[in-house]
Amino acid sequence: MSSRLPTGGTRLDRSRPVTISIDGQDVPAFVGDTLASALLGSDVRLVSAGIYSGRPRGVMGVGAEESNAFVQVTSGPGEPMVRATELEVHEGLSVERIAGRGWLPEGIDHTRYDKVWAHCEVLVVGGGEAGVTAALEAAARGVRVVVCDDRPALTDARAGELVSHPDVRVLTRTTVVGAHDHHHLVAVERRTDHLGDDAPPDVARRRLWHVKAAEVVLATGTQERPLVFPDNDRPGVMLAGAAATYVRRYGVLPGHRGVVWVAHDDGLADAVALADAGVELLVVADVRTTVTPALADALAERGVPLVLGAEVVGTDGDDDGFLYRVHLRGPDGVVVHDVDLLAVSGGLNPAVQLWSQAGGKLAWSTEAAGFVPAAPPPDAAYPLSVVGSALTGATGAVTAPATFFCGDVDDADAARVYLDPQRDATLADVRHAHLAGLTSVEHVKRFTTIGTASDQGRGFGVLTVGVLAQVLGRPVTEVGTTTYRPPYTPLPFGLLAGRDRGALSDPVRVTAMHDRHLAAGVPLEDVGQWKRPWYFPQRGESMHDAVLRECRAVREDVGMMDASTLGKIVCHGADVGEMLDRVYTGLMSSLKVGKVRYGVMCSPDGMVADDGTVARLSDDEWLLTTTTGNAASVLDTLEEWQQTEWPDLDARFTSVTEQWAVVALAGPRSRDVLAGLAPDLDVSAEGFAFMEWRDATVAGLPVRVMRISFSGELAYELHVPAAWGGALWDAVASAGGVTPYGTETMHVLRAEKGYPIVGQDTDGTVTPVDLGMAWAISPKKVREGRDFVGARSLVRDESNRPDRRHLVGLVPVDGSTAIAEGSQLVDAGADLAAVPVPMHGHVTSAYASVALGTPFALALLDGGRDRLGEELDAVDLRVPVRVRVTEPVPYDPEGERRDG
Amino acid sequence: MLTLPCPFCGPRDETEFGYGGEAGVAYPERPADLDDAAWAEYLFLRANPRGWFTERWVHRAGCRQWFTVRRHTVTNEVVPDAAAQEVR
Repeated sequence: MSSRLPTGGTRLDRSRPVTISIDGQDVPAFVGDTLASALLGSDVRLVSAGIYSGRPRGVMGVGAEESNAFVQVTSGPGEPMVRATELEVHEGLSVERIAGRGWLPEGIDHTRYDKVWAHCEVLVVGGGEAGVTAALEAAARGVRVVVCDDRPALTDARAGELVSHPDVRVLTRTTVVGAHDHHHLVAVERRTDHLGDDAPPDVARRRLWHVKAAEVVLATGTQERPLVFPDNDRPGVMLAGAAATYVRRYGVLPGHRGVVWVAHDDGLADAVALADAGVELLVVADVRTTVTPALADALAERGVPLVLGAEVVGTDGDDDGFLYRVHLRGPDGVVVHDVDLLAVSGGLNPAVQLWSQAGGKLAWSTEAAGFVPAAPPPDAAYPLSVVGSALTGATGAVTAPATFFCGDVDDADAARVYLDPQRDATLADVRHAHLAGLTSVEHVKRFTTIGTASDQGRGFGVLTVGVLAQVLGRPVTEVGTTTYRPPYTPLPFGLLAGRDRGALSDPVRVTAMHDRHLAAGVPLEDVGQWKRPWYFPQRGESMHDAVLRECRAVREDVGMMDASTLGKIVCHGADVGEMLDRVYTGLMSSLKVGKVRYGVMCSPDGMVADDGTVARLSDDEWLLTTTTGNAASVLDTLEEWQQTEWPDLDARFTSVTEQWAVVALAGPRSRDVLAGLAPDLDVSAEGFAFMEWRDATVAGLPVRVMRISFSGELAYELHVPAAWGGALWDAVASAGGVTPYGTETMHVLRAEKGYPIVGQDTDGTVTPVDLGMAWAISPKKVREGRDFVGARSLVRDESNRPDRRHLVGLVPVDGSTAIAEGSQLVDAGADLAAVPVPMHGHVTSAYASVALGTPFALALLDGGRDRLGEELDAVDLRVPVRVRVTEPVPYDPEGERRDG
Repeated sequence: MLTLPCPFCGPRDETEFGYGGEAGVAYPERPADLDDAAWAEYLFLRANPRGWFTERWVHRAGCRQWFTVRRHTVTNEVVPDAAAQEVR
């Protein structure tokens, strides 16, 4: 028994039949059908089931207002919770019925999604008559126009003129889902969903449009709202306008024998259309007592009885729960009709979601019988307007409480008056909320969950406001509406991500020597966005063994490391010295050309922000190095101080981090290796002292050599323009017996010397004094009362309390048990079950050490410098390790090794 | 997404900028002369009005210049700060 009419259907291409399936049952359809129209066209009325009630549910609406008919798409990439009224069919489309909840498809969605940015003077949302008019008017002014419409094509007679206009971009199958600040609108364009396997492989399935518009015009039209009554959710109960639309667009008869119940003239017109299409209408009922005579006459001409002042008081279902009887109460009492269709319409809600999202106010309009745009968003720089039926709602509608539901529903029946079918929430829930003392529409929404499903109350939201008004005995104007928030319709995360996934989810930064590391098969460590060699294992070697070997090589022979990720900032200007005096704790202006100085930067609150070196390259050119992670923030900080506080200082800053590659050469034999590579460079201890730099030719390359050490050993940093980074790496590697080492060994070596890493051994609550680095604060600046960033904070009493956390060293008392990073420090032998256990600090770094012959750690400990020799427990995952507090410089505390 | 009026580059998307909080909080002339309470007020206390707010932004992914705008914290209306423009 097909309900497909032999002719008609403005969207159908009857020359292109396709076959789709629902739960494995084949259903014939035509190109142009939606899933909903195809199912109705084959009398398949069951689409889903209530999430809690399990009650059968069918198609109620025809578009985004549908709150009943959701399915799981199982063909193609699959998609959960798809609205049947908006799902265009294609050959091979396969769906499954769901009980209120879908599921994420297994595996990774490999579908291509793209993002597009567009800028225009006028964005028109909605391509109906009003939208096309607004767009053509704007285009006539010669400005760029974008028109978005969620249907497959514009149907207005002027659509061709609009589409061919050079300044107009028309996006069909495109839903504007968000209206954000400053006219940033987000839209979803469905490009190939309707094509199935015929989708061109080079076209993204969907595109996310970011449209920035000077002006936005909403021509979003209306959405039909139902009337409610007990058992209003049965398959067979539909919106009247939707029922008429199925006839017109899809040539589908939504039922054969029906009753129509409406509250406005547009609903009566729909009844006339249904009668003309061949639906046997037993009666048309109207809640009003007077209607437009022409419509009454039209029904009379078709022999359709019209009952005024009537209301549906219930329905009966067959064995499957499908609608088969309507109880209609008119002036002469209740009459029961045998039907397969009950078409209802309570009014047309202006589609004001985007208006509300953008900050526009809404007000109840008795003329429109709905919430209409009121005060516009206050920002006059971004004009927003509404045109067409989104302003006017339904024709001849009434707003009496009876519009919303028959008020004498008893409590048993109220549990079957569905106000949100997708949430299975009912009138009983609203009454319950009222009894619980809730009166605000926002509270009732959250208490009942009405309007929180994927249709976001488009179907029943306004109706619920009216029902709540009746329950509260207050006018609708006082109850108001809930706030609309993006997105208007759901969108997949994959679309939000677009191409920014996998390898493209975050930029990857590599050094000039990266290809050498890859060729060597070196394990890489992620350091921010950088990929850095972690350690250099020899065949079959574990990480532990590799790191110990590398450490031994640097302590006893010579090693090399790729240190290119070091942040590098060049400063130019006559006042750079003064500027650096103000941002470092130390004195920099006195630095001579050719010299290098270690420096600590604090935040204004006195806490350590970064550390690094300062090299003076010439009178007015300086080179700063920063920690790898803080390169960008240090540059930001320098620029902020210079621009906003000290614009009189002649100082400019340029990041050169990626312009220079750096090879660190460290170990007692490093001088010999450098001498061999740079025969013209005086590398003697006297000729090239610690904390000096030289320009030199190293292996034929122009290299800036700095004699600085992050390991405590005799060491050099070789800075070379990045293009020669690989060549320099190769030259040092082939100099003979130089052991490459990675970040892990670097960490062990620096920790053995008690060099903290900002951000690992510090956490924004640690001062230079806490680190035992009071020596890094210039006594001269303090003596002369010269300010620097953080100075004032460092002299607060709080900053100098003896019980502040200090950086200390720890060794296991048994000389062998490893200490875990992050361990909490508690009293030795503390009862760990007696929570809370008093905690005195925590472990910030911990390693095995070949130089010390014992595991060791750095830690921040309350009053730590006064507790040397004390024993504590370092607790990790409830396992204590007995440790002894030591100086934070466990290895070579006298610094005798830096000169080789 | 806000559109911010960089005085050097013109209107650009918010994602290109960094936020700098309340404008006009000058670094004290002589911090050493402030008592702890006054210093803490400079460090930590900022206005948080409901309404118009004069605030700093930096065009971090653009010209890297700092500038000042007035923004309404409820409506997000943004206008260039006239005083700051004159100084420039």
